[in-house]
Amino acid sequence: MTSIDDSRIAGVQDPSVQIHAAPETPQGYGSMKRKEDARFVRGRGHYVDDIVLPGMLHGAVLRSPLAHARIVSIDTSAAEAHPKVHAVITGETLAGLGLAWMPTLSYDTQAVLATDKVRFQGQEVAFVVADDKYSARDALALIDVEYEPLTPVIDAKTALDRGSPVVRDDKEGKTDNHIFDWESGDSAATDKVFAEAEAAEDQVVVTADVLYPRVHPAPLETCGALADMDPVTGKLTLWTTTQAPHAHRTLYAMVAGLPEHKIRVVSPDIGGGFGNKVGIYPGYVCAIVASIVTGKPVKWMEDRSENLMSTSFARDYHMRGEVAVTKDGRIRAVRVDVLADHGAFNATAQPTKFPAGFFGVFTGSYDLEAAHCAVTGVYTNKASGGVAYACSFRITEAVYLIERLVDIVAHDLEMDPAELRMKNLLHADQFPYQSATGWVYDSGDYPHTLQVALDKAGYQELRAEQAERRRRHEAGERVDLLGIGLSFFTEAVGAGPRREMDILGLGMADGADLRVHPTGKAVLGISAQTQGQGHETTFAQIVAAELGMSPDDIEVVHGDTDLTPFGLGTYGSRSTPVSGAATAMVARKVRERARIVAAAMLEVSADDLEWNDGRWQVAGDPEASKTIAEIALAAHSSLELPEGVEGHLDASCVYNPPNLTYPCGAYVAVVDVDPRTGTVNVRRFIAVDDCGVRINPMIVEGQVHGGLADGVGMALMQGIAFDLDGNCLGGSMMDYLLPTSLECPSWELGETVTPSPHHPIGAKGIGESATVGSPPAIVNAVVDALGPYGVRHADMPLTPAAVWSAAQGRPLRTDLAIT
Amino acid sequence: MEITVRVNGEQVVRDVEPRLLLTHFLRDELRLTGTHWGCDTTNCGACVVRLDGSPVKSCTVLAVMADGASVDTVEGLAHGAELDPVQEGFVTCHGLQCGFCTPGMLMTSRALLDRDPDPSPQAIREAISGQVCRCTGYENIVRAVRWAAEKETAEETAEKEASKEEVTP
Repeated sequence: MTSIDDSRIAGVQDPSVQIHAAPETPQGYGSMKRKEDARFVRGRGHYVDDIVLPGMLHGAVLRSPLAHARIVSIDTSAAEAHPKVHAVITGETLAGLGLAWMPTLSYDTQAVLATDKVRFQGQEVAFVVADDKYSARDALALIDVEYEPLTPVIDAKTALDRGSPVVRDDKEGKTDNHIFDWESGDSAATDKVFAEAEAAEDQVVVTADVLYPRVHPAPLETCGALADMDPVTGKLTLWTTTQAPHAHRTLYAMVAGLPEHKIRVVSPDIGGGFGNKVGIYPGYVCAIVASIVTGKPVKWMEDRSENLMSTSFARDYHMRGEVAVTKDGRIRAVRVDVLADHGAFNATAQPTKFPAGFFGVFTGSYDLEAAHCAVTGVYTNKASGGVAYACSFRITEAVYLIERLVDIVAHDLEMDPAELRMKNLLHADQFPYQSATGWVYDSGDYPHTLQVALDKAGYQELRAEQAERRRRHEAGERVDLLGIGLSFFTEAVGAGPRREMDILGLGMADGADLRVHPTGKAVLGISAQTQGQGHETTFAQIVAAELGMSPDDIEVVHGDTDLTPFGLGTYGSRSTPVSGAATAMVARKVRERARIVAAAMLEVSADDLEWNDGRWQVAGDPEASKTIAEIALAAHSSLELPEGVEGHLDASCVYNPPNLTYPCGAYVAVVDVDPRTGTVNVRRFIAVDDCGVRINPMIVEGQVHGGLADGVGMALMQGIAFDLDGNCLGGSMMDYLLPTSLECPSWELGETVTPSPHHPIGAKGIGESATVGSPPAIVNAVVDALGPYGVRHADMPLTPAAVWSAAQGRPLRTDLAIT
Repeated sequence: MEITVRVNGEQVVRDVEPRLLLTHFLRDELRLTGTHWGCDTTNCGACVVRLDGSPVKSCTVLAVMADGASVDTVEGLAHGAELDPVQEGFVTCHGLQCGFCTPGMLMTSRALLDRDPDPSPQAIREAISGQVCRCTGYENIVRAVRWAAEKETAEETAEKEASKEEVTP
């Protein structure tokens, strides 16, 4: 293997940063090459659209061009006459089967194919099945739909106004666009602190309106499904882009009345999920119905515009935050009011008792006396969704709000934002810490983590450079302004304890099965599913560490409901906290079974054995020991087995987490802003993450890198805005801008390690930390750069136009195309 | 229309619709599904293949435009069981996660190293800037291509040394 000169690697500015070239396979934890890569680099991945079945037909969806309109008539006769068309399915067809509407993951209903009205631009109206995908698309143009346009509800801020058109008049008695009111925290206690702060001379109340705009996860692979209903066996096999195959199987059984044992959902290789592939989309249901109707396999893959315009968006939170703070910077209380735009159907994917997700962690990483938030959800004529895009169930919104508020407090009090954070962060000796809204943070050493990030960034030197730039700027020189932005986030991931957390009544526990073959090789079945997170590698490492095996000897099976135990899937950074814990626990079960067999082999009592160096060993006699492979063979042999083991080492388990895990991180963004053009360049980004024990540090860093790029996108580029007619202005990658290699700096990472006290291996989730933590750091940096212009806040995405307008004192409204 | 295309070194002749995109020709007609499709607007680059050596987005090339040309896809990148250094670099430096953009990234990276065996990190960033990766944040892709460049340079140097030794016993 060739050695690399570190100085040649982009971004290695700190000589202590090592390139993580993966070493050969370690035993247990440590960076190792991913098992899944061998197929991907050869182009031998197996994504849904790569699968071809004999006689397979192709589906395509006809979508509404209007945001709000009554359907007068649908004429499908010309499409049906197309020589290559096998069927045209409409809402009327589905209504005959009782499938025109389906339940959402939030106990609402959603149209599969519209019957009465269309409620957003891009909504599903008809489904064509043809010999090939080109013909299916040709036939869409032959369907004639007559619409009667209605006034759309686009601005969430007026959705509840009296006289506003009613989006969901399908719901009996519905006369407004209200979905829910939800609150968290102690309202009276919070109001009391605010009243004190308003009255006291040494205290102030700082208020800000902050929008987290609508964004879309936009995984590179769009959503799709291949449905194959076997008319003889009655078994439905559905290969589909899902992050939650087991949950999908159960929901199909409940919705369509299909017997659950006759449904097999397979999530093969998935080209990125980020939350986009948690929900069930109308296209999936149409593909299933089409397969039943035609008796043939039917594949449906959406195109990019369909993906961006109709599938789960994220965020769209209009937030007002208030902070009661002493003038010397002690934050006492936070009060929040949120208007949540959920689109036309409340289809957010989140635990039942949490209609605003885990937004309740908006108190962030700070020790507050009191806090309260109120969230109101509304319907609008936009695509449905709300929780998607690596958000940890709305923690993105919560962290963004509190981290913007802290910076705004620093701005108003003329304090350094790092100093203000240090003054208010929780200390290590406060854990476990119960927040003002009731969350029990498990572990952390926040001031230490922040200090590591500040040192790594060279914070004081950056401030000195900033002062120098400002001096030159004020002297009239054409110079970019330097901005330094901090964020400190606490995540709450690993949903979750079954008593508190379920989705449509399904508790959020996860299972694991471990089979050890006679020769000591093992197959692990998990209920999590990978969309690139590397489970085939890290989960093998967990088993390897527990059983003294090589990860190469463990095959991880996932994503196929016929082959894996039940569990709720991969999203919300829950794989390692829940499925990873299940994996460690099932391996320990196997280890205990092995102990009984080893005792029989060594002719000692099981109590005389200790687990040492990856083997069962007679205490005090290192020569008398047995490895798992030796024990597995014996367990399958004619050896007389003692009570407790019937013939093999295999085990299964379900892990019901006692609490969430609480990773944290301190991020520093350094940006150059040209105030004349509004252009922002992210010069450096320092990310120090604490996710507890790292199973595979190379993969952890990869997860962080990806989330940081997401942060650049959300903060500076990505946004799904609408015009007042409800036209989606982010419906293609030409309009919805994703960060490329040129917008992303070379990431500078660091770590602190505070193990989770309740997780079997001390690990916490990491998948979404950077997506949660990076947008506020970048926005804080841009606003910081614009200090000479007196800018206090500007909403994302901070496009050149938004930055320039903010500098002119006229901040843009980024959710609507209005002037 | 009948077209003749040399795909990964093998000549194929097919009768195709004039409107058929090259990416669909590769995926659906030839079953070379390593080339992916990700947008419709030439933005994402999941479909990059080499057309007569140059990286192109095959969603914006008609199959008939490849008539008489050679097309190289990710399936032709490895040399038998041995991976190409860019493939090895992506594995070694964790330059991929979900794997969807990877074939396109690999083809562009190979084309870059063929014309510039020692690209700077910035040159690598520019070369892949027409392609989107949603997972890696690009850093490890840059490292992977540098890794491949270093490996190829080292191998070339070793070969030269070896041949020198041969002529001067």
